[in-house]
Amino acid sequence: MKTRYTYGGDEHIYVEMDDEMSLDAFFKSLSMSNAVRDAKIEGVTEICPANASFQVRFDPDVIAPDDMMAKVKELEHRAEDAEKRLKTRIIEIPVYYQDPWTHETLMRFRERHQDPSGSDLDYAARINGFDSVDAFIEAHHAQPWFVSMVGFVAGLPFLYQLVDREKQLQVPKYLRPRTDTPKQTVGYGGCFSCVYSVRGAGGYQMFGVTPMPIFDPEQKQSYLKDFMVFFKPGDIVKWKPIDRDEYDRILAEVEADTYVPRIAEVDFDLDAFNADMAGTNAKLMEALNVA
Amino acid sequence: MSLKIIQPGLSTSIQDLGRPGYFHLGIPIGGAMDRFALRVANMLVGNPEGAAGFEVVFMGPTIEFQKDALISVTGANLPPKIDGTPCETWTAIEVKAGQTLSFDFLKSGARAYIAISGGIDTPPALGSRSTYPIGALGGIEGRNIQEGDIIPLGEADMIEPGLSVPEKLRRLPGNPAELRVLPGLYWHRLTPASQKQFFADDWAVALEADRMGYRFKGGNPLEFVDREQPFGAGADPSNIVDGCYSYGSIQVPGGLEPIVLHRDAVSGGGYFTLGAIISADMDLIGQLQPHTPVKFVQVNMDQAIKARAERKKMLAQVREHLG
Repeated sequence: MKTRYTYGGDEHIYVEMDDEMSLDAFFKSLSMSNAVRDAKIEGVTEICPANASFQVRFDPDVIAPDDMMAKVKELEHRAEDAEKRLKTRIIEIPVYYQDPWTHETLMRFRERHQDPSGSDLDYAARINGFDSVDAFIEAHHAQPWFVSMVGFVAGLPFLYQLVDREKQLQVPKYLRPRTDTPKQTVGYGGCFSCVYSVRGAGGYQMFGVTPMPIFDPEQKQSYLKDFMVFFKPGDIVKWKPIDRDEYDRILAEVEADTYVPRIAEVDFDLDAFNADMAGTNAKLMEALNVA
Repeated sequence: MSLKIIQPGLSTSIQDLGRPGYFHLGIPIGGAMDRFALRVANMLVGNPEGAAGFEVVFMGPTIEFQKDALISVTGANLPPKIDGTPCETWTAIEVKAGQTLSFDFLKSGARAYIAISGGIDTPPALGSRSTYPIGALGGIEGRNIQEGDIIPLGEADMIEPGLSVPEKLRRLPGNPAELRVLPGLYWHRLTPASQKQFFADDWAVALEADRMGYRFKGGNPLEFVDREQPFGAGADPSNIVDGCYSYGSIQVPGGLEPIVLHRDAVSGGGYFTLGAIISADMDLIGQLQPHTPVKFVQVNMDQAIKARAERKKMLAQVREHLG
């Protein structure tokens, strides 16, 4: 890992822990953004942790950019010593793969895609060496995922799959981003899955849709009562494939404000995971299945 | 009951100076695209500078007043009319209960700001009245105003009408517009020739230009330094492992058309960014119409900080002028 420091205009410092994605880079980014928050540096207005990087927004009228940069750099060693353990939760998210709504959208934006001849899933399955779309979908939901960033639009989670690097799926983003994406689309770009929390622009490949709202300013669902945004970095997700009937059934519960996702409290220890991925994932799944 | 929207215009939203503090969850700061213009509009009618007003894009609304008020229109040159009588922009205008504010055609710029004495008093969402439509936050039900909306106003201490801001203190972009850029972020991904070319090219504002971002066209495609793409980024050389986006940062998907992220920007994503428009010039972008010619001008941090101080000084001069 090689840390790179740069400015984003005169109001942001951008720190890239590594140019490639790994859970080590994520944990260091999270620890260092926590260290910047704890340091309470005067002039800092926002701290945004991301997958393998983070950003500090500051007011250059309060602190000179050079001074701000120096203070952030001083905190790097503290992040290196931080524990790589989290008390977190695992959540089951239903996904209706190959749904009609994302299909309609991807057809509308075909000329912005690498391979206009098929669907996003056809393309993703082929470039990842799968014989069929079904086998690719199986690989997408068989093992759990880790929320490594929240953002893009209101409450959108970026997810990183908890498997060996050789088993991770990778796809490019659209050549030019779409101006429209259905709400709650399950997307894919680079090595990240996401759930589009609201309708809007997007550059990720579209695989399916979940009936479960993850952002609601009105906070009608029980699981959104605390805050309008559901996900936090460190959350763990298990996709559950569903068909149209189950999608409609869950949607009816959502509309009645009675839907309750399956959630379990768990601990995640990066060293334990690296030592035994299959065993760690089995334990996570066990916690979810008894929830 | 204070204001009634007879006709909403093309895209009129309620904006203040935004909601900082939630960008790490993907909820942008939002607020007026041209903060200089909103601040001055508020000063003219005796409001706190951050009071909520209307941000009007290209085409003005028609608004019926249900109580006496002072108003001002700043930013784009969108001439106001009271009961059909033309009035000045950048000037405090008296409006009586029962009168109607409407607008003539846009003469220059893209976004006008209407301040009303007392300020718009819709309920704040996460600390701000700014409308963020994709997150359904702020404004009226999280959306732009519509015909028939009733807009509540705050209480105001009425000041005298007639105050005006002289032309030299009205800040608007030139033509071609010059937008100053501080290179950084993923600047190193571009070849030296491409770095140079970006600033040499003639650009123009494209049609996709809104509160989230402004796209530019007409320049040469960017060329990237060869590398094996890092794990997790995606195969295109313009892809990165998804990170945070700075406000004003310039992302170039596919190396083709730069997009400057603005007040309602997405907070992060997987396209590389080559640097950012300096904070002093962010106001100017919101005044650019599609097809406006644009030059990106390279500056360093010292120049960026100096430009920021100059903008601040100009605001201080307006304050002083208005007493």
